[in-house]
Amino acid sequence: MSSLTTGLKGRAELGVALLLGAAGALVLWDAIGLVTPYSKSDPVGPKTVPYIVGALLIICAVLLAINVLRGGKGEAEGGEDVELGHPADWKTVLPLAGAFVLNILLIDWAGWVISGTVLFWGSVLALGSRHYVRDGIISVALSLLTFYGFYLGLGIALPAGLLEGVL
Amino acid sequence: MDVWSSLMDGFATALTPMNFLYAVIGVILGTAVGVLPGLGPAMTVALLLPVTYALEPTSAFIMFAGIYYGGMYGGSTTSILLNTPGESSSVVTAIEGNKMAKAGRAAQALATAAIGSFVAGTIGTTLLAVCAPIVVKFAVSLGSPSYFAIMMLALLAVTAVLGSSRLRGFASLGLGLAIGLVGLDSVTGQRRLTFGQPLLSDGLDIVVVAVAIFAVGEALWVAAHLRRTPLHIIPVGRPWMGKQDWKRSWKPWLRGTAFGFPFGALPAGGAEIPTFLSYVTEKRLSKHPEEFGKGAIEGVAGPEAANNAAAAGTLTPMLALGLPTNATAAVMLAAFTSYGIQPGPQLFTSEGPLVWALIASLFIGNLLLLIINLPLAPVWAKLLQLPRPYLYAGILFFATLGAYSVNLQAFDLVILLVLGALGFMMRRFGLPVLPLILGVILGPRLEGQLRKTLQLSAGDPAGLWSEPIAVVIYIIIGIILLWPLLFKLFRRNRAAAAPAGPQLKSGSSAPNEAGGSVSHASHRASGGDGGDGDGDG
Repeated sequence: MSSLTTGLKGRAELGVALLLGAAGALVLWDAIGLVTPYSKSDPVGPKTVPYIVGALLIICAVLLAINVLRGGKGEAEGGEDVELGHPADWKTVLPLAGAFVLNILLIDWAGWVISGTVLFWGSVLALGSRHYVRDGIISVALSLLTFYGFYLGLGIALPAGLLEGVL
Repeated sequence: MDVWSSLMDGFATALTPMNFLYAVIGVILGTAVGVLPGLGPAMTVALLLPVTYALEPTSAFIMFAGIYYGGMYGGSTTSILLNTPGESSSVVTAIEGNKMAKAGRAAQALATAAIGSFVAGTIGTTLLAVCAPIVVKFAVSLGSPSYFAIMMLALLAVTAVLGSSRLRGFASLGLGLAIGLVGLDSVTGQRRLTFGQPLLSDGLDIVVVAVAIFAVGEALWVAAHLRRTPLHIIPVGRPWMGKQDWKRSWKPWLRGTAFGFPFGALPAGGAEIPTFLSYVTEKRLSKHPEEFGKGAIEGVAGPEAANNAAAAGTLTPMLALGLPTNATAAVMLAAFTSYGIQPGPQLFTSEGPLVWALIASLFIGNLLLLIINLPLAPVWAKLLQLPRPYLYAGILFFATLGAYSVNLQAFDLVILLVLGALGFMMRRFGLPVLPLILGVILGPRLEGQLRKTLQLSAGDPAGLWSEPIAVVIYIIIGIILLWPLLFKLFRRNRAAAAPAGPQLKSGSSAPNEAGGSVSHASHRASGGDGGDGDGDG
């Protein structure tokens, strides 16, 4: 391993420590902002536990930073479909996240049937399938099926959006 | 009411056509998610939670129980036919199971796993039915200080004992507790960590958190490292066992059960340690030790039984104390709360029929699983060929649907994505997921008990150790936290006494020693001194 790659990897995990520290600081800052008069019926009050949690997070952040600087490393999680040999494949992850965001933006306006289709079709595409038509048909079918399944079977009305009146 | 008549009432409830149907759906779904990579029973139960609000709680829990047990059966199929175990509890099964399959004995490996799971599940469920009421009898006399201590023990034990790095476990726990804080304070009604966002004041829905961490995080993580070379799946016929296989399997089944149940019932729960202990024991006792490493049937029979018995064991503290020790039990506990059912020792009295129907359905589910797993194993194995783009796109699709249907607001999907990214990061940097989930679910309950305790003692912290049970538990917590330190001292002494070779080889040492060396060795594996710098709980 070259020193450059180890340096980069080390720095990436320091980001975790940073995140923990930021979360801890946020919890503490929020707790300080709470105003509570001392009450006999609740001696602990709403602040105590946030203080402890915030402190735990900050201690973990510091210890993790020390651990990483000393060469410690978290083991990436394996799995049936996971191959850890190659670096993270952002060309798959980012479009996947993109499909997810598109769904969030569309769901209330365009309705579940459209946004769900976009989500599934986009995800399948991002994950490397190239059967555009077959994937499209499956996406529409899944979205329609869940829409009616939820409405008729569970009484949950997913938004119909643009197709209001059609469905 | 005695156990027997309650259990019979439970069977009467569980065998009504509607409930039986849900049990069937549960075991089929459970087996499917157990077989499929990337899906687990905890995530499935979380996804189904919003869907089941329309159901009777009893039916819903019967289905959840089927998913829970089914996941165990399905997991063994995957680890035998592919050499990559999906869950940490089936790692050991894969060692011998996959070797057997490669040697053309997949049918026997699947058979001994399924029948062993059935035997262990049935004995384990019987023990659950007998033990849980006893634990309840003992637990009703406990007050808030003891509960606070027991919950602390569960949280700290899961964080400190399981997983490869204690430090990373505590980091995950801290994040979970912080997520659990979001929302209105239960006593004073003040907003905590809501940042003026009214949508946050109800707190983060546990369905959204669990689905984000388990499903979205997993899908994104797998997408980043998707295997491009197809996995080699060993074809399999109908499982069966010869006379010799039966002869070699039945003792490991029973011994595996004996390891699994108690470990599952302990607050540090988990099936990893008992499956490993069972494997080591079978290796030592076997008449064919030379077969180990090449596909010994005992090495599948024992650990699989231990795995299932541990699953039953885990339900004992969950039902009797309201204390979950694995992810599925944690989500089921959250399900109780969302149905307005208060988990805890009063559960057996307040919701007796539901609990006994649940236990009865475990017996039924076990039998159903044996029936659907033995002849249908080749069908389940086909599931492994599902194209991965569809599988992971489907996981994201249903995760979105499940999380959205809780409140029908797009804001939950934003949270889902943010926490999904957190789940991705945790997998990338080796932060265990379980402490986070337990922190989210147990955190608020823990805080409630703390405040009740100090309210009773009028603010005097001595109230925390005012019950003898609480004191005992704090001592156990102390030992768990100081364990790596004690172990180091112990090793140093041994090294001084016997300079020849103090290394503990897991294979050659006594079982209980092996257990210690396992957890220690895995601390080591994380590199550096990650495990030794804590004591900060």
